[in-house]
Amino acid sequence: MNFYLRTLKRDLSIHLRGLSEVINPLVFFVVVISLFPLGLGPSPQQLSEVAPGVIWVAALLATLMSMDLMFRDDFSDGSLEQVVVSGQPLLVFVLAKVTAHWLMSGLPLVLLVPVVGLVMFVDGDSLQAMVVSLLLVSPTLSLLGAIGAALTVSLARGGLLVSILVLPLYVPVLVLATAMVQAAGSEAEIAGYVYWLLAALLASVTLAPLAVAASLRLAVDR
Amino acid sequence: MLKWFHRLGSPKTFFELSSKWHPWLLGLSLLSLVSGVAWALLFVPPDYQQGNSVRIMYIHVPAAILAQSGYMMMAGAAAVFLIWRMKLADMAVAAIAPLGASITFLALVTGAIWGKPTWGTWWVWDARLTSTLVLFFLYVGMIALRSALDRQATAGRACAILALVGVVNLPIIKYSVEWWFTLHQPASFSLTEKPAMPAEMWMPLLLMVIAYYLFFFTALLSRLRNEILDRERDTDWVRKWVAAQ
Amino acid sequence: MLRASGLSCARDRRHLFTALDVSLDAGQLVQVTGRNGSGKTTLLKILTGLYTEFEGEVTWSIERPPLYLGHSPGVNPRLTVTENLGWLCHLQDTDAALADIDEVLDVLGMAGYQDTYCHNLSEGQRKRVNLARFLLCENPCWIMDEPFSSIDSTGLRYLEEKMQAHLEQGGGIILTSHQRPMFAVDIDQVALTP
Repeated sequence: MNFYLRTLKRDLSIHLRGLSEVINPLVFFVVVISLFPLGLGPSPQQLSEVAPGVIWVAALLATLMSMDLMFRDDFSDGSLEQVVVSGQPLLVFVLAKVTAHWLMSGLPLVLLVPVVGLVMFVDGDSLQAMVVSLLLVSPTLSLLGAIGAALTVSLARGGLLVSILVLPLYVPVLVLATAMVQAAGSEAEIAGYVYWLLAALLASVTLAPLAVAASLRLAVDR
Repeated sequence: MLKWFHRLGSPKTFFELSSKWHPWLLGLSLLSLVSGVAWALLFVPPDYQQGNSVRIMYIHVPAAILAQSGYMMMAGAAAVFLIWRMKLADMAVAAIAPLGASITFLALVTGAIWGKPTWGTWWVWDARLTSTLVLFFLYVGMIALRSALDRQATAGRACAILALVGVVNLPIIKYSVEWWFTLHQPASFSLTEKPAMPAEMWMPLLLMVIAYYLFFFTALLSRLRNEILDRERDTDWVRKWVAAQ
Repeated sequence: MLRASGLSCARDRRHLFTALDVSLDAGQLVQVTGRNGSGKTTLLKILTGLYTEFEGEVTWSIERPPLYLGHSPGVNPRLTVTENLGWLCHLQDTDAALADIDEVLDVLGMAGYQDTYCHNLSEGQRKRVNLARFLLCENPCWIMDEPFSSIDSTGLRYLEEKMQAHLEQGGGIILTSHQRPMFAVDIDQVALTP
């Protein structure tokens, strides 16, 4: 637990001192969403119809934009090597890193959703569902993205490859979350969706770190 | 049994054994493919609903089936590689990925061709085609990762991890896409939801499926043999074999 | 402390070494020599467990993994020297007291750098930050890749003093270096020739 907290604290300090890296994906999120009215037309009705899908896909892409933050620095300055040699539990290290990433990337996205929901004319119920669904899913996004980040950390330019590897894995949660938002918009019951999203989160928390840790060991194996 | 398994895992042994299997496999697969296609095109009666365009099913469905089982095979080989460090298994993973991708692409294209006379459009986002598309992306990801990691010593293990991650997610993705489709179009025609097929229709289909499997293994064998020759090119037995060609 | 036998390793179709035996006992210093690219770093990585594509056996009989100084010092540029040291020591289950950190930095010629952000440090200084934890954490075995490069003559003297003390206390050191360490008594040289 101590190792988890120390690593989390270290990571947060590092991120907070390079805030522009954290803010860029968030700006990307807002910019991408803003392009849709320009591409589709300003009609509120049309925009509110496409809003859940658009906002969700933008969130996925923004999360992927920030994936580089997770392991690249530690890999290049030798810290990752030190962690592996030290014999400390790599799984705990991974969980701490993912938590830090979620706090710096996923959580801010959730906070931005009401803002972008406004410009896409999302109604109250749908907006609520959007916030809840993104809150539940963003840790999963960080976890699954971490797999891609860890597999490509040894590559100089892994950014786009991470997206190709991870986006198919995002399909189930994308489908679930947007369905939940649409259900909320039509006043249907959303409890079932919440349980499914929680299940997805639990499954990711248990399984993804294994793949991430294995990939990190591969990265320093050179 | 396990000893035979390990013996087979030696690239040299496998290469020698497969030299004998290969021509037989090739012959069998061509034979079954030709007869299957002939049966499908000439002897199967036209469907009461779709007319003659149903014949493309005999190309599309086996491709879709093989696309999926190809990924399972790749994941199986990946698991073997990670557990037993068998080099041949890593070569199998490398060989199946492009094969699987091509067959998935074939499934997509024939699915689209089948769609045109049926729905009037070249593409439809139904459950089957959509999950086949995602499967295609998974294959492409495998190919992309391997080529990005190039000749790094850890490329094999990294791709193996990705294959296992993919295979765990595959049923989840399929299920979620099917569910997604029922949400948006509850009462639509689906490519696979057909009333029970009479024997004169599913028998040629079965033949085509078998033919595709045979062809897949033939192609896989060829690719594997190439991969073996490439990776083991500095060993004596390869040098001798090449000299003897 | 360490018994490694039958180590064989090939990289990029080159055989680096075959059937190599390495052992380390208390109070002993093992120096790995060889030209650039002969596999010295690879050997060290095999011994630390980082590199796994090799044949042979590596058996450690110490309680905790060795301290490793690699090519990259493991120092994050956005953290201060103290923060980096604190975390690196935490990896070794050591809580480094601030007073001890001050003392060690002083010895290594980095007094006053406690709160400097590491992006302001030179390569040699970052290396010294990593070296500082060798003095702060208790560990019988030190594995060091080129510890003497990028260190000036004053720092060199201190380092040699500390390494000698470590050996006298029963520790062991495996290092790669182009110069023969003059301070050690019991030196075993492992030469890697291509």
